[in-house]
Amino acid sequence: MTPRRKRLLAVLGILVGVGAAAALATLAFEDNLLYFYNPSQVLAGDAPQGRTFRIGGMVTDGSLERTEGTLEVRFVVTDYRNSIPVRYEGLLPDLFREGQGMIAHGRMGTGGEFVADEVLAKHDENYMPPEVAESLHDPQPARVAE
Amino acid sequence: MIPELGHFALILALLLSTAQAFFSFGGAARGTEPWMAAGRTAVVGQFVFIALAFGALAWSFVERDFSVLYVASNSHSELPLFYRIAAVWGAHEGSLLLWSLILAGWTLAVTAASSSLDAPFRSRVLGFLGLISIGFQLFMLGTSNPFTRLMPAAAEGLDLNPLLQDFALAVHPPILYLGYVGFSVAFAFACATLFEGRLDAAWARWTRPWTLVAWLFLTIGIALGSWWAYYELGWGGWWFWDAVENASFMPWLAGTALIHSLAVTEKRGLFKSWTLLLAISAFSLSLLGTFLVRSGVLISVHAFATDPERGIFILAFLTVVVGGSLLMYAWRAPRLKSSAGFEVTSRESFMLFNNALVVTALSLILLGTLYPLFMDALELGKVSVGPPYFNLVFLVPMLPLLALLGVGMHAAWKRGLLAAMRTRLYAVAGASVAASAIIGAAAYGEVRPMTTIGFALAIWVMLSSLLVPLVRLRSRQRLPAAVLGMVFAHFGVGLATLGITGVESFKVEKDFALGIGDGVTIAGYDFKYAALRDVRGPNYNGVEADVVVSRRGEPVAVLKPQKRHYNSGGNPLSEAGIEVGAARDLFAALGDDLGQGRWSFRLQYKPLIRFVWLGAILVALGGLFAALDHRYRRRVTAEVRDAAAAALP
Repeated sequence: MTPRRKRLLAVLGILVGVGAAAALATLAFEDNLLYFYNPSQVLAGDAPQGRTFRIGGMVTDGSLERTEGTLEVRFVVTDYRNSIPVRYEGLLPDLFREGQGMIAHGRMGTGGEFVADEVLAKHDENYMPPEVAESLHDPQPARVAE
Repeated sequence: MIPELGHFALILALLLSTAQAFFSFGGAARGTEPWMAAGRTAVVGQFVFIALAFGALAWSFVERDFSVLYVASNSHSELPLFYRIAAVWGAHEGSLLLWSLILAGWTLAVTAASSSLDAPFRSRVLGFLGLISIGFQLFMLGTSNPFTRLMPAAAEGLDLNPLLQDFALAVHPPILYLGYVGFSVAFAFACATLFEGRLDAAWARWTRPWTLVAWLFLTIGIALGSWWAYYELGWGGWWFWDAVENASFMPWLAGTALIHSLAVTEKRGLFKSWTLLLAISAFSLSLLGTFLVRSGVLISVHAFATDPERGIFILAFLTVVVGGSLLMYAWRAPRLKSSAGFEVTSRESFMLFNNALVVTALSLILLGTLYPLFMDALELGKVSVGPPYFNLVFLVPMLPLLALLGVGMHAAWKRGLLAAMRTRLYAVAGASVAASAIIGAAAYGEVRPMTTIGFALAIWVMLSSLLVPLVRLRSRQRLPAAVLGMVFAHFGVGLATLGITGVESFKVEKDFALGIGDGVTIAGYDFKYAALRDVRGPNYNGVEADVVVSRRGEPVAVLKPQKRHYNSGGNPLSEAGIEVGAARDLFAALGDDLGQGRWSFRLQYKPLIRFVWLGAILVALGGLFAALDHRYRRRVTAEVRDAAAAALP
């Protein structure tokens, strides 16, 4: 092989490799990007129907309810303008508390209830998830649930 | 008083770093030995003063000096001594100080061990290390001073985050940093090389052991972090593709590519500019990792807004280091030509495949980690990239990598694969596939395609690694430490693959609501919640459950998960109860009191999970053997250098 052909092959190889990697990334991105919404955005209809997303906000004081003796919990997440009820079945994280920030992963169920399959609380004591912190400060008109 | 002395020592350290850079570069440029000697003296001085500053901060923690803001924020009067010391690097400011101390330590080690190097080159290396020190010390003094006083002093500290009050996590940051910062040596070498515009075999030989040592510390650090997440976070996962984890994994991948590429550069004088680029990348990713983890950037770019000075400094520092070194690379790298050729089946080719695949995985992980930051910065919405993305983009390059690894180890340099090895490798490959199917069927009663591929690749890599010493010993060849290191590291990779395949294929994780006397069965093990009692520790109290595990009526273990409340207040903490075994871990975490005498439990069956970390330990051990190889300890004499330089046109 002449050096020229060798170089040509090397360039082709790199192109094919980069192309394959880009295709792989696109494919992998497709289903695995999770968007974050606050309750107001969800009520405004911004959140996708029938797809999973993340919802975040503060856990309303006094809203945490357990079905006695089972793993089922219900609580209300709020951005101080609008609220969405959340249902979850499983262990809540250690840092989960009423009046503090949390993020839940799941999808909208029937009756305007968010069905979570994972609940995350803030990472440490003095901190709330920044998405939550910001969404509380976003100047957005309040909306009333229909 | 002591904190002020620490602050003063930090300022002196900054001045000495500046002197180190100034005299080293100046001396190298003018060729004056006294200047270069002054640069080396500044290295010692910088180390002494940064160590004093670190000591002063540690003293403030040990003495519970809550008039220091950083101590008051991260300690508590009841915190045991061990954790009071570990709390020094428990948050942003202290970790930067630790970083700086470790950098000064590495610089000192380089100074002590580099007398055989060409004097101006050696000086430039120290100069570049000095520049990095300046950056970090300026950052600390300007925006993140750990010695800031709190007026009036707090009566009580806020306590170290209970999650961090743990042995593995106490030692995790220093070990990780030894790795991160260790890449600065390879980086400084690369910069000095680019500056001088020449690279010889001696360069690669000199850089290899340093890179190996940094890489092995990083390996241990990552494994410790994973182990901690497994038992302390309470959820029993061993890897979450969390941005914080990715931040340490990306430099590791770059380092892995680098040690392989360095081998080719040393042995064959090839891949020169590529090796330099990897050295720059490994350190740049380490810097990125440090900042991502400790400055809150990861969770949101707007975290910068709360502390704009820090954010701007970090961006500027990263730009200077990454941009500057890449510019130098673009300017000088074309001079470094590699002209030797090699066959398609030679060792060089396999190293090339290794690098291509590792760097592909690295780039895609970097993309996934930074993508949310870009989206957020551009106001395109808040997104997160889920673990399935990372699983896919990591797995796809790793499958061919593992398959090629088993062959590559046996390929000779330059000429290619020996015919004699070919039949042996076919036999090993056949045995691996058969063994994989048998394991799946016999141990887990199932043969699934991905699991079979995973087990087969794991066994293939392990057997193929073992073949190396067997063949060598049979033909009465020597077995140098470097080869032994390679065997260990690759065997470890196989072992970790075995563990990952096992745990990801057959794990069972379930949440239950259990009252006393209730039992459930998962993966053939009967878990019974038998008792609940109060427990008391040095700075916490809580409850502990007895979960009795049996199998076919035979008792197996009693798991004792706890729920702790720390006296400093704050949130409760779950301590998992784990029964460790080679074949499987049994895991119980205690959740909440659900009322009606029931508690929530997370129960798990984790087959082969220990092999994930055991594999990582073997990989690190392999790095150690390779770094200790004979030939690195021989002084690189001028003749060797000249001969090597002459051999390459």
